[in-house]
Amino acid sequence: MPDAAEEIVPVAARRPWDLSMLGPYFFILPAVAVMLAGLVYPVIQAFYLSFYDWKIGTDFDDAPYVGLRHFIRMIGDEDVGESIWVTLKFGFWTISIEMLLGVSLALLLEKPIRGASVFRTIFILPLMVSPVVVGLIWRYLFDARIGWINYYLGQIGIEPQVWLGDADLAFFAIVFTDIWQWTPFIFIIVIAGLQALPSEVLEASKIDGANWWQHILYVKLPMIRSILLIALLMRLIDVFRALEVMYILTGGGPGRATELLSLHIYNRAFDTQQLGYASAISVLLIVIVFFLSYGILKMGNPLKEKADI
Amino acid sequence: MAARQINNPLHVLGHYAALILLALITLAPIWIMVATGFKDDVIVQQKEPIWFFFVPTLDNYEHIMTRGKFDRYLWNSVIVGTVATFLTLFLGGLCAYALARTEFRGRVLVANSTLLVRMVPPAVLAVPAFAMVLNFSLDNDLAVLIFFYTALNLPFAIWLLFGFYKQIPVELEEAAIVDGATPLQVFFRVLLPLMKSGYAVAGIFTFRIAWNEFILALLLTGRTTRTLPVGAAGFITDTGVEWGRIMAMGTLIVIPPLLFTFFAARQIISGMTAGAVKG
Repeated sequence: MPDAAEEIVPVAARRPWDLSMLGPYFFILPAVAVMLAGLVYPVIQAFYLSFYDWKIGTDFDDAPYVGLRHFIRMIGDEDVGESIWVTLKFGFWTISIEMLLGVSLALLLEKPIRGASVFRTIFILPLMVSPVVVGLIWRYLFDARIGWINYYLGQIGIEPQVWLGDADLAFFAIVFTDIWQWTPFIFIIVIAGLQALPSEVLEASKIDGANWWQHILYVKLPMIRSILLIALLMRLIDVFRALEVMYILTGGGPGRATELLSLHIYNRAFDTQQLGYASAISVLLIVIVFFLSYGILKMGNPLKEKADI
Repeated sequence: MAARQINNPLHVLGHYAALILLALITLAPIWIMVATGFKDDVIVQQKEPIWFFFVPTLDNYEHIMTRGKFDRYLWNSVIVGTVATFLTLFLGGLCAYALARTEFRGRVLVANSTLLVRMVPPAVLAVPAFAMVLNFSLDNDLAVLIFFYTALNLPFAIWLLFGFYKQIPVELEEAAIVDGATPLQVFFRVLLPLMKSGYAVAGIFTFRIAWNEFILALLLTGRTTRTLPVGAAGFITDTGVEWGRIMAMGTLIVIPPLLFTFFAARQIISGMTAGAVKG
C-alpha cells in the first residue's frame, strides 16, 4: 500500500495553519504597526523636537530651529547634572538595599513550607498598587503634622521631622518607599530561581562537606548569578523610568533633591514649559535606557528562539 | 534526601516569625489607607494613630461618590482598561503565535526590537504624545489613552504569550489538522483552551498598567476623560489635607488589582519571574 503512505506523509508534515500561505506578516503586522506608531514614532519625534525651541502655548510652526544648541546647553546644565546624580544615588541606595534584603530573605526562607503561597500573595501586593496610591499613602505617613512615622518616632524620643521639606529627609523618604514597594520583587524572583536549581548539585555540595556559608557563597549564589544580574538591570531601568511615585510624594522637591531624571524631563516640559529642551534631555534618557536594555538583550532574548514548525 | 524537609521545630518557628513580620510590614501601609478611608476627619486629624478601634464612617465614600465626578472617572478607567487589555491580547496573541510557529524574513529584527521598545520610558513618550494630541486636537478622547496603553503593553504581552505558545507541542495542532479541523477550529478548540492561563497573565499585567497609569493619563485627558488615578491626584492639590477622602479614593482604585492578586497570585508571580527565571 505505498500509495496510502505517500498520501499521509505530506499531510502530517504540513504546518498546522499553513501560515506560509497567508503570510506570517499578516499576524505580525497589526501589533508591529501599533508599536511603531505608539513607541517608535514618539521616540523619533523626541529626537526631532529636540532641535527646536518649542514652548507650551506657542505654535510649533513658530518654534525656531536651534540645531544642536539644546544638547550643548545640556552638557553644562547643572540641573540636568543634578537630576542624573540624584537618579544614580537613588538607584545605588534602593537597588543595593533591595538586593541585599531580598536575596538574604530568599536564602533564609527558601525552604518550602506550608502556607508559602499566602505569604507570596501578600508580598506581591505592593507591586500591584497604583504608583499614585503608593505616593499618596506614604505622603500621609511621612506627613510632618499628623504622619504616623513622626508619631512613632516621637514614642522612642525622636523629634518630629519635616520629612518631605528637607532635602536629605525627602531623599530618604523616596528611598524608603521604593524599598517597601520593590524588595518583595527581588525576594520573589530570587526564591523562584533558588527553587529551580537542580537538587543534585546542591546535594553534592552538602556531601562534599561545604558549610552553610560556603554552600551559599560558592554554590547557590553563583548558580543564580544571571538571575541576579537581570533583576539588577531591570531595577536600574525602572529607576530611570520612574516618576509617578515621586511626582505625588515630593514633586521632585524640595529644590531638586528628589527629582529623578524622568521627573526632571516631565517638570522641564510641563512646569517650566520648555518642550524642546525637555525633548533633548529625553534623548539622553533614551540612550541610557536602551544601553541598559541592550544588556538584558545580550543576556538572552527568548523571543529569538527558533520557531517550531 | 528527606533531610531537606525535616526541620528543627525552632527553625520552623523562626521561619514563620520572620515571614509574618515581613508580611505585616508589607500590609501595614495598605491597611492604614483602608482604615483612614473609613475614619471621620476628627480622628484623622488627631496625632495618635488608631489602627483598628474607631467608629467607621462612610462619609468619605459618600463625598467622593456624590460630590466629585467619581462615576465619570470610574467609567473612563473601566473602558480604557478593558479595551486596551482586549486589544493587547488580540494583537499580541497573533504576533506571538506567528513568532512561535513560523520562520520569516525579519523575524529576529521583530524579536529584538520588541524587547528594546519594551523599556521606552513614559517620560520620553510624554512630550511627543502631548504634541500629537495638540496636532490632531485629540484631547478629550479616550481612544488616545487606549492606543498608548496598547502600545506600551504589547511588547511584554507578546513576549509572555510567546513563551506560552512555545510550551504547546506542535503535534497537538498537527493531530487536529489530520483529524480534519479547520484553522479556526484549531485555534478555538485546541490552542485557546491551552493558552487560557497565558492570556490570563498577560491580561492581568496589561489591565494593571492601564488601570494604574498616571502620567500619560494626566497629560492626555481633559475634564471629561480623566481616569481614576488622575482624579485621586487631583484631590491632593485641590483639597490639600483631606486625607480621609484621598485614602477612600485610593482604596477604591486598589480594589481591582487586589482582587486579581488574591485570585491569580500564582499566575502573577509566574509573569513577574518569567523575565529573570527560565523554565
